[in-house]
Amino acid sequence: MAEIEATTGGILALALPFVAAALAPILKRIIGAHAAWVLALAPAAAFAILFSFLPEVSSGGVVQFGFDWIPAFDVRFSFRIDGLASTFGLLITGIGTLIILYSGGYLKGHRDQGRFFSFMLMFMGSMLGLVLADDLMTLFVYWELTSITSFLLIGFDHEREKARRGAIQALAITGGGGLALLAGFILIRELAGLNSMTEVLAAGDALRTSPYYLPIFILVLCGAFTKSAQMPFHVWLPNAMEAPTPVSAYLHSATMVKAGVYLLLRMQPALGDTALWTTVLPAFGAVTLVMGALLAVRATDIKITLAYTTVSSLGLLVMLIGVSTEYALIGAVLYLIAHSLFKGGLFMVAGSVDHGAHTREIDRLGGLARHMPITFAAALLCALSMGGITPFVGFLAKEEIYHALEYGDAYHIALMAAAILGNALMFAAAFIVALKPFVGKLPETIDHPHEGGFTIWFGPLVLGVLGLLGALFYETYHALFSGPMASATYGQPVEIDISFVPHLNLAFALSLATIALGIVIYLASNGVRAATSRFLASVGWGPDHGFDQAMRGLLRFSYFVTNRLQSGRLDYYMTITVIAITAALFVPMILGGALPAEPQMPQLRLPEWLVLALILVGIVAVVVAKNRLTAIVSLGIQGFGTALIFMLLGAPDLSFTQFMVETLSVVILALVMTRLKLSPADHRPLREKLPDAALALAGGAGFAVFLLSIVQRPFDPALSDFFEEYSYAIAHGKNIVNVILVDFRGVDTMGEIAVVMTTGLAVLALIRIRVGRRAKAQPDPMETTP
Amino acid sequence: MMHGALAPSDYLVIAPVAICLLFGAALLMMRKRIDWQPWLAIPGFLLLFAADVLLLLKVAAEGPQTMMMGNWKPPFGIAFTVDMLGALFVTTAGFVGVASAIYATFSMSRTERRYGFFPFMFLMMGGVSGAFLTGDIFNLYVWFEVLLMGSFGLLILGSEREQLDGATKYCFLNLVATTLFLITTGYLYGVVGTLNMADIAQKAARLENDGAVLTIAVLYLVAFGMKAAAFPLNFWLPASYHTPRFVVSALFAGLLTKVGVYALIRVLLMLFPPQHADLATLISWVAALTMLVGAFGALAQSDMRRLLNYFVIAGIGTIFAGLALTGGEGGASATVSAASAATQAGGTAPMTGMAAAAAPLVPGSDSLVIGLSGAVFYALHSIVIMTALYLAAGTAARISGSSSLRAMGGLWRARPGLAALMLVFLFAVSGLPPFSGFWPKVILVRGAFQAGMPWLGAVILLTGFLMTVASARVFALAFWRNAPEPAVAGGPNAGFAPAGEPSPMLAMLPLLILAVFAVVAGVLPQWLVALTDVAARGIVDPAGYVGSVFGGVS
Repeated sequence: MAEIEATTGGILALALPFVAAALAPILKRIIGAHAAWVLALAPAAAFAILFSFLPEVSSGGVVQFGFDWIPAFDVRFSFRIDGLASTFGLLITGIGTLIILYSGGYLKGHRDQGRFFSFMLMFMGSMLGLVLADDLMTLFVYWELTSITSFLLIGFDHEREKARRGAIQALAITGGGGLALLAGFILIRELAGLNSMTEVLAAGDALRTSPYYLPIFILVLCGAFTKSAQMPFHVWLPNAMEAPTPVSAYLHSATMVKAGVYLLLRMQPALGDTALWTTVLPAFGAVTLVMGALLAVRATDIKITLAYTTVSSLGLLVMLIGVSTEYALIGAVLYLIAHSLFKGGLFMVAGSVDHGAHTREIDRLGGLARHMPITFAAALLCALSMGGITPFVGFLAKEEIYHALEYGDAYHIALMAAAILGNALMFAAAFIVALKPFVGKLPETIDHPHEGGFTIWFGPLVLGVLGLLGALFYETYHALFSGPMASATYGQPVEIDISFVPHLNLAFALSLATIALGIVIYLASNGVRAATSRFLASVGWGPDHGFDQAMRGLLRFSYFVTNRLQSGRLDYYMTITVIAITAALFVPMILGGALPAEPQMPQLRLPEWLVLALILVGIVAVVVAKNRLTAIVSLGIQGFGTALIFMLLGAPDLSFTQFMVETLSVVILALVMTRLKLSPADHRPLREKLPDAALALAGGAGFAVFLLSIVQRPFDPALSDFFEEYSYAIAHGKNIVNVILVDFRGVDTMGEIAVVMTTGLAVLALIRIRVGRRAKAQPDPMETTP
Repeated sequence: MMHGALAPSDYLVIAPVAICLLFGAALLMMRKRIDWQPWLAIPGFLLLFAADVLLLLKVAAEGPQTMMMGNWKPPFGIAFTVDMLGALFVTTAGFVGVASAIYATFSMSRTERRYGFFPFMFLMMGGVSGAFLTGDIFNLYVWFEVLLMGSFGLLILGSEREQLDGATKYCFLNLVATTLFLITTGYLYGVVGTLNMADIAQKAARLENDGAVLTIAVLYLVAFGMKAAAFPLNFWLPASYHTPRFVVSALFAGLLTKVGVYALIRVLLMLFPPQHADLATLISWVAALTMLVGAFGALAQSDMRRLLNYFVIAGIGTIFAGLALTGGEGGASATVSAASAATQAGGTAPMTGMAAAAAPLVPGSDSLVIGLSGAVFYALHSIVIMTALYLAAGTAARISGSSSLRAMGGLWRARPGLAALMLVFLFAVSGLPPFSGFWPKVILVRGAFQAGMPWLGAVILLTGFLMTVASARVFALAFWRNAPEPAVAGGPNAGFAPAGEPSPMLAMLPLLILAVFAVVAGVLPQWLVALTDVAARGIVDPAGYVGSVFGGVS
């Protein structure tokens, strides 16, 4: 019974966003921006459904449902809600609800708002499916769906070149990583025989000890790192800021970019804790953390600042997952939830600032606190959490992270240094975004700054307050969200007891140091910005530039290869074709030992010799002909010769067909040739003609030699005997060829008749249309002919 | 010496060909009634499709069907034998035929219809259907000729200089391929003394290590590979497919290369399995190079139609990849695939003469079936999606007055419906889920891994990546970007067809029909996977095919 409910509820939760997406454009047309209120019900309902699973999930249970999708390949459309999936799902649907409302206000009056809602909800559904999916293929389908929908969302302002570039870049990088992930999943399925996450998790050490661990590890990492913007794949994320702010707030902070982190968390129990894992992940993570944070402080557009802090946060998460210890994973989980709340909020704040002050440049912002008090409050709440100040959830996360790293060996010290530096920079970045625009003097360039409507400030405020409540009621918070999530990630139950009350220990000291360093950086942010810019300018190259270079190189390479191969010259194509055929004749004939024995001189009658001579004359005439028309007609001689042989062998019907076909081909060839305005003759010097001649001879020889080989074999005369025996007895025809043509193999003849008719029609069309073109004024050339 | 009496339902086997030829002839007679033509052609294609579907259902229910022409006993008369492979191809062909006919009705000018568009189309369709249904290798050649000449007629409609140039290359190179097919069939007849494919299958099985049979197999590979536009014999396709009317390109792109693929499967895989195994490495190289040439070629184009030409080639490469899998002989993967073969194969197929000949391959025959099943699935997907892409591109080019990516633009806003459908087709062709191109690629990559050829799987995925980039570029330039300056004056519709032409809104209908396939095959692929699996098993072990011709396993 419970299972049925889980299935209905789960599938409903998964389907609701897509249903809403389908309805969005229509709703928008009917009730305008108010559609947001109706559409937000879909993620809200999904949230409620997921919430109803919480009692079971938080007590360590796993809700599973699904059905067979492609039984032939053991692909199921199946889902698994454990602590990890549940918390992710609640974040996606919860923040999703707020984002839909926010978009209602933010894009009010935009002509494409309906489309926007639609893409946004589709993305939401995809992301929800991704985190709930159990079957690997199901997960991958949702994974790619998030890439596709984000392509549409980033390119939403499609008239701007930058938006289009950002969209293509994101699709190329995340899509490319997705294909690597697909390869990894197929490896896991085929070589380890594990079809779903449940099986992967239950398999224990199976993957870690598999001989395919290395390729699987690399491929999964490619997928995760591209999606979660690890250096050097991070470039798409800042460029994705071309999307409208609700997209950035949702996809590029709370959801899509976390898909890679989700995957790593999900597979950590199966792939993690190996030397490779604990080296590669922290290395990439630490570099991403520090570089991202530096770039964040350097940026002048507050949205770009936030984008780089997201890169940095993702680096921190990857680093922690790489450390693989219980504390590190708890820290990662706490930080992930905190980050979704404060970063989603801050992005919305950035959007509100842009909305109210019409700029996002930090130098041109200031003094907005009086005009946008609620936004300011929300911004401060989020920034305090991001800065890791108690009593906010960000504080819990930072304490736990420092706990996890406080060991004396070089490995942990290096990571700790990265964590402190990164956190301090992010602290500064948080207040650059949340404080600077609101304090000081209002610049004159800002005209009538104003607070947005309810939907605009509601979202960030809720997220900011939640960051506070989570820490204040930390026991509930751990029991319902972070605890089950960390347990699922670690692979066995864990206890989280970190509270908002600081204890005087090393972690707290480091926390204070981080804040102090952060304040220094904040105050010196102009200097840091200038220094970083100078440094980057001196390097002169970055991965973003590298992406362009790679794309240009790819296109140039494509041009080069294609122009080489597709020269547009028929003689070149023919040469290659004949080479291929000649090789196909000789190579297997020689390798397979099918060369003929030396043939005997044939005994021919005089008429046969004459026809043979005629054919030879025809061929010579083709070769020596001065102009093409003569050559074409001479080619006909050779065909007529063949027809004569049929006649001599007693097959007048065949012979007649051959005559007809030959005539038609000559006519068509002549027509086409004359219309192509080719030079009338082949003027190439002998030295250029010789290779062609040699090739032609080789090809011809190949056919002849193989034919000799065939006719030297004993022939199975079953068919001829049958035709001979029954052509008069049953088919009542004395001419066997005739009977074959019209009875035994009458269908062939019917087909050939169709061919001849079609050819005739084609010739007619060729001629008629030409006439029609020349005399366009005439009413209709076709209708005057019978 | 005559076969048993025919039941009326047996005529279903030949019905698709008969319908095409009859309608072709009727429309030819009515060629002056230009306004009537589409209203006869559309029901004709619907009838064809209905016959195809009935045939498919019959084959699905009863297994392969044979009808002897003139009721002569096999192998003496011409057999029409349709198994699941043929039924699937012919049905898909009928499906795109219907869509193209509707599209043509609303997009072709009167002049083009006058010079026999619909008769040519039916004749070509007759050739295509005949090729999919015949059980006789010489008869297969005849249908190749029919479709070649029908396609030639379609190719030159319009008679522009560029078209004639394309038509010349098309005609010459295809004639070379068709002629090679004919000559090779002559050689084959000399070796086995029969033309009936079921008969050849049995006789060739006794000639396993025969150099002549190997040579014949290679010659067929060249001939059909050229027909299918596989590298390095793919020149004719980019040289010609962009020249005719869009609907003609659409039909060509969907059907003609796939006839080559079909023939290759039927002849090389069913008739010469040991030789096919010998050639697998060669085919895998051809497949990889064809995919890459197609993908890079697509990236190099600045014209939408030329770009699509290369998508066709990349698709052919992907299909060939499925034909290159013969089952891993290498250590680790073979043991794994053997283990899963036990679960996959279910009931072991009865050991016929053929199956016994292929006995050494049995442990790996699982990846052979998987590869072939994926190839067939991909081919069917490619028929539909390539047709759809050309049709959609035709509408897009008509609205923007050009098919050059430099001149197109603004379609996302001007025609959101068209843009959405185009997006579906582009994602489908790139192999992104949840559209039809995704699952066959998964199956093929899976097969490649099982067969111990992970590099081929990697090339399939790389091709998918390059095609995704090319698709995104098309979409960004032709749909997202605003129309370039000259067109702005009159809005994005500046190049729109002059007044008096029928509304192209109805030309959206076929796109919608084709998109249904793209989505259904992507979201609910199970039925198609099941059918292509039956088709693949029918080729790997043709006992059913042979039995249907000779009445029981002989």
